[in-house]
Amino acid sequence: MSETALLEVRGLTVRYAGSLAVDDVSFDVARGPFGVGLVGESGSGKTTIARAIVRLVHVQRGSVRFEGTDVLALRSDVLRRFRQSTQIVFQDTDGTLDPRMRVGSALAEAVTAHRRLARTMVVARVEDLLCEVGLEPEHRRRFPHELSGGERQRVAIARALAVEPRLLVLDEPTSALDVTVQARILELIERLRGARALSYLLISHNLAVIERLCETTVVLYRGRVVETGPTGVLLTRPAHPYTQALRAAVPELERALRRSVSVAPDAPTIAAETTFACRYALRCPLASDRCRSEVPLLREVNGRQVACHHAENAFAQQDPLPALNRKETYS
Amino acid sequence: MKLLIRDLRISFGERTVVALEQLAIDEGEIVGLVGESGSGKSLTALATLGLAEAAGATVEGSIRLNGVELIGLSARRMRDIRGRRIAMIFQNPVSAFTPVSRVGDVFIRALRLHGASRGDANSRAHVALRKTMLSPELLHRYPHELSGGQAQRIAIALAVALRSELLLADEPTSALDVTVQAEIVELLRFLREREGMSLLFISHDLAVVAQLCDRIAVMRRGRAVETGLTGDVLLRPVDSYTRELIAAVPRLGAGKPPS
Amino acid sequence: MTELVTSEVRLMPTSSLLRTVRANPLLGVAAALGLTLVLLALLAPVLAPHPGDAGTATHPLDTFLPPSADHLFGTDPVGRDMFTRVLYGARVSLAVSAVVISLSILIGLPVGVVAGTLGGIADTVLMRITDIFLAFPALLLALALVAVLGPSVTNATIAITITWWPWYARLARGQAASVAGRPFVVACRVLGLSPARTIIRHVLPNSLTPVIVQASADVGGVILTSAALSFLGLGAQDPTPEWGLMVNQGQAYLTTQWWLVTFPGSAILITALAFNLLGDGLRDMLDPRTRARQP
Repeated sequence: MSETALLEVRGLTVRYAGSLAVDDVSFDVARGPFGVGLVGESGSGKTTIARAIVRLVHVQRGSVRFEGTDVLALRSDVLRRFRQSTQIVFQDTDGTLDPRMRVGSALAEAVTAHRRLARTMVVARVEDLLCEVGLEPEHRRRFPHELSGGERQRVAIARALAVEPRLLVLDEPTSALDVTVQARILELIERLRGARALSYLLISHNLAVIERLCETTVVLYRGRVVETGPTGVLLTRPAHPYTQALRAAVPELERALRRSVSVAPDAPTIAAETTFACRYALRCPLASDRCRSEVPLLREVNGRQVACHHAENAFAQQDPLPALNRKETYS
Repeated sequence: MKLLIRDLRISFGERTVVALEQLAIDEGEIVGLVGESGSGKSLTALATLGLAEAAGATVEGSIRLNGVELIGLSARRMRDIRGRRIAMIFQNPVSAFTPVSRVGDVFIRALRLHGASRGDANSRAHVALRKTMLSPELLHRYPHELSGGQAQRIAIALAVALRSELLLADEPTSALDVTVQAEIVELLRFLREREGMSLLFISHDLAVVAQLCDRIAVMRRGRAVETGLTGDVLLRPVDSYTRELIAAVPRLGAGKPPS
Repeated sequence: MTELVTSEVRLMPTSSLLRTVRANPLLGVAAALGLTLVLLALLAPVLAPHPGDAGTATHPLDTFLPPSADHLFGTDPVGRDMFTRVLYGARVSLAVSAVVISLSILIGLPVGVVAGTLGGIADTVLMRITDIFLAFPALLLALALVAVLGPSVTNATIAITITWWPWYARLARGQAASVAGRPFVVACRVLGLSPARTIIRHVLPNSLTPVIVQASADVGGVILTSAALSFLGLGAQDPTPEWGLMVNQGQAYLTTQWWLVTFPGSAILITALAFNLLGDGLRDMLDPRTRARQP
């Protein structure tokens, strides 16, 4: 946990509908360029964490420090001005832009949200932003419904960048897009990362996307961090049984063609699971009495942090993952 | 040939949205229909069930189930076929069930609609649930009390209970967690082996299709640009769009994380 | 299924407007009718054969004349030309509707939009105030007002407005609450835009559609209400040519001089019907679910 981290999340706890959607989550996002991936399935709390960081949900406990300032303690006008530092891009490309506003107006509004600029400057900034996200200046005359899903998402990214944030939260930015469009948006994020030395928190259920864009990965299960560490280490040799199951369940094109079958244990109902100390205990092949009664805390195992009493066993037991093909070009 | 689609043309007014030359599904075969949004894959499935007209489309061509032409069939005969001979499952399994009834009631109602007696319907329901590895207790729940995976399994169980010969699955796992997806895929494969059910698996996810399907057809803007054995098409693609699709799939281990 | 359904309500360019009218003949007829009525009302001074009869003129020698070439709708108990009075009546009715609906929107829309967007205490307070006004029945309120201020078109208009605006507040609030939850409005908050700007530039424009639909349907409703008030003697007074008042004045002669009731009554019917249909047609045209069925 470096002192010079851009964002420090400590003990974040969010209650939702009677249960803890986020339970004591801590992680850092370093200064840019740096990407942190939040991985998890439904119910993992990853979206809630994203919204908590941009002050869209009420937090019960914990702190979110941006360059030392406790973001959660800010109010009204101070909060409003502070919002400039962190922006978010949503999953939903349909509703993300005001249908009655032209792209240019929406971007101009964002550009002038926190500072006054001469009209000509505003127009120039808008055009710069459009180019930066791979669109044409003429796109500023368009309405959202005249754009494709991918183009709308680019505009959403441009809008987020318009206020010059230091941290970008991307909540499943490509999940609603076609796979070819997805690839191009990921390229865009890579490019922006380099050009702006951007720090970002990328939320995704797609491990391959996380692997491509994030130095560090945080794996969430039912609101808790189960494993966190350098992405390469985590995804090639996961130590937590859940991360292993997740990794194994991802259908991979080349591996599938060689007909390898991966089956994960049945997912029981949510209520049953929360009575155990370790939330994964019900599904875990390594679960013992200790897991049911004693909450596993994050500890260092083989170069990353794992919250599992049997992490060493899990790490040792797993089959070494088959060598995956490098991305080939078919021509 | 369980299902044979020939020269299918679906249009909205003057706009032709699907122009499918041929698509065939053999007895007990799993065929994948792959494409991005707007490719017409969902519409093709709806047309097979005679549901495309309800959305305002004009359907021409030939869709034969066991040699019997479905296009132009009377409404009554089409109703007979839906559910009983051809079943369909959708992307959002929870909303595929009416929210005001318990899932079990929907089940029994569907079975009785297709001629089963009350006792028969009950026992068939239980058998089907066993086959799909679900606890019969789930039948007492309302749809919103089920997880996505459970709801989808029940939808599949219904097809099994109805003894459908052909199952159309429209993005059945796209809205589910990846671990649950793996289970559903396994279940579908198991059903093909045990029940001999033919399956049309529609998806935008090439990797899942690769896992499950014997043959695939890649659709783009209403046309099938490439068809063949899964391994052939995905390992040695001929069409440029197919190659583009394959290249675009984010791969694990393909690129190192940034450092 | 997602390929087939449009998810947004959009303003339509003129060319598709014509296409829509052809697809919704009802809308076309209603719009044409409504437009005609408005034109007739505006041009009444020009079109009416005996403009003075809409005011204080009386013709004791021409009372109770049946419809003829000279008096298309006959004459009333004091000899005034019914056709003229019905034409001028349109002015009164449509003016009352315009005032009531404009004021209702002017009051109700901001109240509703602010309540719907801000939620919490603001919402509770504003909506409870709205509920209080909703509780007033128009008739009783008019009665009370008239008892205090005396019967007139103006007082009837005030009474109707007081009972009418809460509906718009409710409508606007529902729509605003739904719009406020959409990603682009949430984005405004994250961008750091002021709540005022968010409401005025984003929530308000996107909340207008149901209000517009309701407004067009309400023209008919207001006309009926004001006619009812006048019929009961609580609104327009003689010599003001108001349709409801005319029906009141003619009801004693229903079986003998039928034209006294029939023409103003039909005017009420046709006008209310036209605008109700217009409202229906607009709703069909703007509702994303029914729009999806159009090619």
